[in-house]
Amino acid sequence: MTTTQLPSRRPAAPAPDGTTPAAARRKRPRHLREQLSGWGMIAPAAVLLLAFVFLPAILGFGLAFTNARLISPRPVEFVGTDNFARLFTDPTFWRALLNVSYFAVVVVPVQSGLALAMALLINKKFRGVNFFRTLYFLPVVTSMVVVSLLWLFMYRKDGLINELLSTFSFGLIPGADWLNDPATAMPAIIALSIWQAAGFHMIIWLAGLQSISGELYEAAQLDGASRWHQFRYVTWPGLKHTRTLVLVTITIQALGLFDQVSVMTQGGPLDSTTTIIYEAVRSGFKQQETSYASAISLVFFVLVLLISAVQRYLTREKD
Amino acid sequence: MNKRFTRILATSIAAAALMGSLAACGKGSASATSEGGNEITMWTHNAGNPDELAAIKSVVDSYNKSGAAKAQIKVQAFPQESYNDSVVSAAAAGKLPCIVDIDGPNVPNWAWAKYLTPLKLSVDLSKNLPSTVAKWEGETYAVGYYDVALAMFARASDLKAAGIRAATVEKPWTKEEFQDALTKLKALGKWQYPLDMGTAGTGEWLPYAYSPLLQSFGGDLVNRDGFQTADGALNSDKAVEWAAWFRGLADQGFMAKKSGKDSTQDFLNNKSGIVYTGSWAADKARKALGKDLAVMPSVDLGNGPKIGGASWQWGVTSGCKNSEAAMDYLSYSLKPENIAAVAKATGTIPATDEAAALLPAFAEGGDNRVFMELSRQQAVMRPETPAYPFIATEYGKAVQDILAGADPKTVLDKAVKAIDANIKSNGGYKN
Repeated sequence: MTTTQLPSRRPAAPAPDGTTPAAARRKRPRHLREQLSGWGMIAPAAVLLLAFVFLPAILGFGLAFTNARLISPRPVEFVGTDNFARLFTDPTFWRALLNVSYFAVVVVPVQSGLALAMALLINKKFRGVNFFRTLYFLPVVTSMVVVSLLWLFMYRKDGLINELLSTFSFGLIPGADWLNDPATAMPAIIALSIWQAAGFHMIIWLAGLQSISGELYEAAQLDGASRWHQFRYVTWPGLKHTRTLVLVTITIQALGLFDQVSVMTQGGPLDSTTTIIYEAVRSGFKQQETSYASAISLVFFVLVLLISAVQRYLTREKD
Repeated sequence: MNKRFTRILATSIAAAALMGSLAACGKGSASATSEGGNEITMWTHNAGNPDELAAIKSVVDSYNKSGAAKAQIKVQAFPQESYNDSVVSAAAAGKLPCIVDIDGPNVPNWAWAKYLTPLKLSVDLSKNLPSTVAKWEGETYAVGYYDVALAMFARASDLKAAGIRAATVEKPWTKEEFQDALTKLKALGKWQYPLDMGTAGTGEWLPYAYSPLLQSFGGDLVNRDGFQTADGALNSDKAVEWAAWFRGLADQGFMAKKSGKDSTQDFLNNKSGIVYTGSWAADKARKALGKDLAVMPSVDLGNGPKIGGASWQWGVTSGCKNSEAAMDYLSYSLKPENIAAVAKATGTIPATDEAAALLPAFAEGGDNRVFMELSRQQAVMRPETPAYPFIATEYGKAVQDILAGADPKTVLDKAVKAIDANIKSNGGYKN
């Protein structure tokens, strides 16, 4: 969008001496036209967003206070906060909340750390760097459903992971029944999620790293800074904005955990991998309780909003 | 100036084109189901099953070409995974086709939601397999061409080697015999798990496969007297006994808590001694094992062996403008040769004896005749209540939790509580 606008803007930039009344009059309609073309360009995306994101979201908030069902001949009635009362006394919901927190608390630091390490490794000039970049990025372009199906086989009791474990430990580690044991199911899902998504954040980190001026490193080297000091005092401060972006996107992505769970464990064993979104989909579609699912979604929306707001506040520009 | 103007114009045209194409999409799917003139639409779930779809299409073709056709039938096929969603969204938009197919246990739910209208057919359904006729509140809402039957498969040679008698329809295994058989088969040392109950299954498989075991113990999914509560049925002592027994099969190392993806294939690859599957797998197994295949009925766990009844069936929607033609087509399609053709294509049990007589495998003395007897003698319908889809999800989750080691009584009580709350919040699912 910016590239198409640039040529139109250049003549519009007034010369220092162009402050005559005639020039001002010429500027106004031009400004209007620019605004018009701006709105025109936003329109397709805005209309689609409005129709398929905002409207359903607002309808969903309304439905949360009714007893609407997916299939029912009965009229929809307003039931106040009944759905929320039921939600907050449902142990499965609290378990889902706990699972999601567990997932986010592990995934956010580990995934962003791993992505940064990968970005540092490939932010160098050497033969075959593009090969490694592609390799690290490959899982990202693979659909999560496909990845989950593949790992489903790898995590089986006689699957690849246990075979590797027993081979390299000379049979000392028998290996777990990863996805069917409440203690290991969530860690297994965490590992696969990090593997799949880290490449995406690696690219964001890489963009951040490449925006840091090389002169800063040269100056640091002249001052005799060690590699660690270069990272600590040049790279890390230079990644301030990237850091915020990575933090917020990984957190939201982690809170919305669904695909892996739906494909691999269906929330089990014993609710150890169920998540808020999974519960919403289960009640909304499988159990036909549209209103209850809407209530779950509303709670989830508020939760994400709060967490993002806190993160924005903590990472704000202090000056 | 001019250039800028063209740019704005181009943007607006692009936007208009996008909106236009969106609108066209909407219109396209709407007109697909609109029934102009003398044509009515029929939806089926079997886009992913070419054999079944071809059989249905040939029935439709022969009806369309017959001089007596009251309307031309147009078939639209959906993949099974998205079929129910398509019907529900079409119903919400008021765009249901005239004829739909339905998974049997969902019929009361859709009848209650007023998607379906009672059938008025010119054929007598009283001789059809009871599980192929879906009734709710005294009315018939759907009818099927076929059913399927659960059974256990084993190799006769394995049973002989372990010194076990093969179970028969007349004399099925009792709980003790089953325990004894599994112990002996495990002692052969041929398999890690002698039994494969298909525990990796999800969705409708869980209530379809395991609620008959619960019913054989004397429990049930819901109290069938009025269908107002699951209390005393799903959490009864008998139900807790069932749960403990089922979990025990895994604890004793007889079966895996989560079996392989394809139980039949695992059995044919000799990874298990007994597989709990159904009539749909019989032809494949017989082809691989020949005379060595032993087809056995499910276990008698106290109240006789039970299997689930009802498969896909056909109904007419209440909004259909030409329901007379829809009823006429359904009546026509229930001719023995049509039923036989569909049953042959799907490897399922034909709904009538006349149709069975046309299929060597299902005729008297045929290899698959046993499934017809199983279906007639042992089929228990899944509860005929609009609450069934909800009950099914709660029961499915309970089964998975029980296998994962949760306390049976707690799990079943929780499921009962959820089911009762759901029934209550729907006003008892009364008409």
